Amino acid sequence: MRALPLLSSIHRLVAYLGRLAVELPRQVGLFMLFLGEIFRQLLRRPFRLGSIIKHAEAMGNHSLAIICLTALSTGGVFALQMAGLFKVFSAENMVGGATGLALTTELAPLIGGFVLAGRVGSAMCAEIATMVVREQIDAMEAMGVSPIHYLVVPRLIAAAVVMPLLIGIFMVVGMLGAYSVSIFLFEVDQGIFLEKLVALVGHNEVIKGLRKMFVFALIITVVSCRYGLQAEKGAKGVGVATTNAVIAALLGILFADFVISYMQLRWSL
Amino acid sequence: MIFFRGVSKTFGRHAVLDDLDLHIERGKITFIIGKSGEGKSVTLKHIIGLMRPDAGTVIVDGVDLGSLGEGELLALRKNFGVLFQQAALFDHLNVFENVLFPLEEQGAGLSRALREQRAEEVLALINMLSVRDKYPGELSTGEKKRVGLARALSSKPAVLLYDEPTTGMDPLVSEMIDKLIVEVNAHDPQMTSVVISHDLKAAMATAERIIMLYKGRGILSGSPQEFRNSSDPVVRQFFAGRVEGPMEFF
Ligand SMILES: Nc1ncnc2c1ncn2[C@@H]1O[C@H](COP(=O)(O)OP(=O)(O)OP(=O)(O)O)[C@@H](O)[C@H]1O
Ligand SMILES: [Mg+2]
Repeated sequence: MRALPLLSSIHRLVAYLGRLAVELPRQVGLFMLFLGEIFRQLLRRPFRLGSIIKHAEAMGNHSLAIICLTALSTGGVFALQMAGLFKVFSAENMVGGATGLALTTELAPLIGGFVLAGRVGSAMCAEIATMVVREQIDAMEAMGVSPIHYLVVPRLIAAAVVMPLLIGIFMVVGMLGAYSVSIFLFEVDQGIFLEKLVALVGHNEVIKGLRKMFVFALIITVVSCRYGLQAEKGAKGVGVATTNAVIAALLGILFADFVISYMQLRWSL
Repeated sequence: MIFFRGVSKTFGRHAVLDDLDLHIERGKITFIIGKSGEGKSVTLKHIIGLMRPDAGTVIVDGVDLGSLGEGELLALRKNFGVLFQQAALFDHLNVFENVLFPLEEQGAGLSRALREQRAEEVLALINMLSVRDKYPGELSTGEKKRVGLARALSSKPAVLLYDEPTTGMDPLVSEMIDKLIVEVNAHDPQMTSVVISHDLKAAMATAERIIMLYKGRGILSGSPQEFRNSSDPVVRQFFAGRVEGPMEFF
């Protein structure tokens, strides 16, 4: 009798793996088709400049405060940790450079990307999922308008422009946090702080970080819109879609971050 | 002009359409009736390819919808005006912009001034010009439906599909809308109208053809006269509005 629960779990596991083996390639294929369709619609007219500006403005307005707050604390805390560590080697002077490097190439796009996935991606997904549930997407298609062209493309363009800008702000504000901590708490010399910062962080590092965020912005938008458009009709549809979209976007960002960082190291891209 | 050949559609285990054959003629007002949950809205979504049948074919103007890609379907739908059961107005646009939407998107070649003039015209037609700047969230159910009607009419489509156009309206507005449907259809002899309705009185008064759905099939298709004289017990029961009879309620 004791073996039965085990057997049934094995049975369930096999069934699950079997379903996964069928479902995963199908989902990947469908996602590729979705990407292809976005690309096709990206090139089609009309170019919805008004809509792009509206979305860009909303994205900036909604996330500027939280981005600044996150940046300030990230930069501050990271400088704190670094200063504590460098103090052991009497190398507090390096705090500016180390924090700057970490912030521009890694922390700003990654943490900022997480914040934007939670703030902008979830809103995007919920908005589109609500339209699905209320049959507005059906109505749009019934009028011969592609929801990808009308809803996804403007959001994608807006995000690709605005999100890297926000991450640029993240970098600056983060450095402000690190600067305050170093100067006021660890009495690092201002001149040396800046000197090390400029020595280690050039525009190449900044561009690396912004480029990462550009890729993350595409991931956030595509994933959120995809989950939104796929929402199940019914009361729970919007909530489920939004939760899944944020999780998928976070995983996508982590994966892309690894790949990009590896490529940057390997081929110094 | 619209044919269903052996169309079946199943959701989970629930067979909503089961080997359905029907024919909707060009230039006529056809009513589709049947009890709630019988698949009337599902039938309408098949006509414009928003749903694809599990089996069978839907043919519109000689074209098998199953053979069309998404892009071709979008193009074909520009000939249709659809009033959805829940109106399905866009929440992010106000009433006027909603009505303007098909005019702007379908590139009817009208100038901006003409498009706006047309949108005002259809809003006036259903007495909704006074709420032109409101958003859908601020309208009653019946008002939303009327705006949805204006949006369906605005681009002067060749085929109009109405999903319960008068449900949730007071008798006066109902009558106005029934009249409007007839007027719009009379305007152009090629104009085809499909009305989904519970309102038997309206169906008898305005329909040229009536199709009754029951258990996923069309059990009757004919003129109101044929409908009235039908000896089919299910039709008779529906017509009389009786609970007792052969008709099954799930
Ligand atoms: N997208 C869907 N997913 C699952 N089931 C669906 C879907 N759309 C419709 N159904 C089911 O199909 C059946 C028929 O639905 P439909 O909306 O066509 O009914 P109806 O005849 O229009 O009824 P009513 O007069 O109440 O509007 C219902 O049982 C409904 O639950
Ligand atoms: Mg219905």
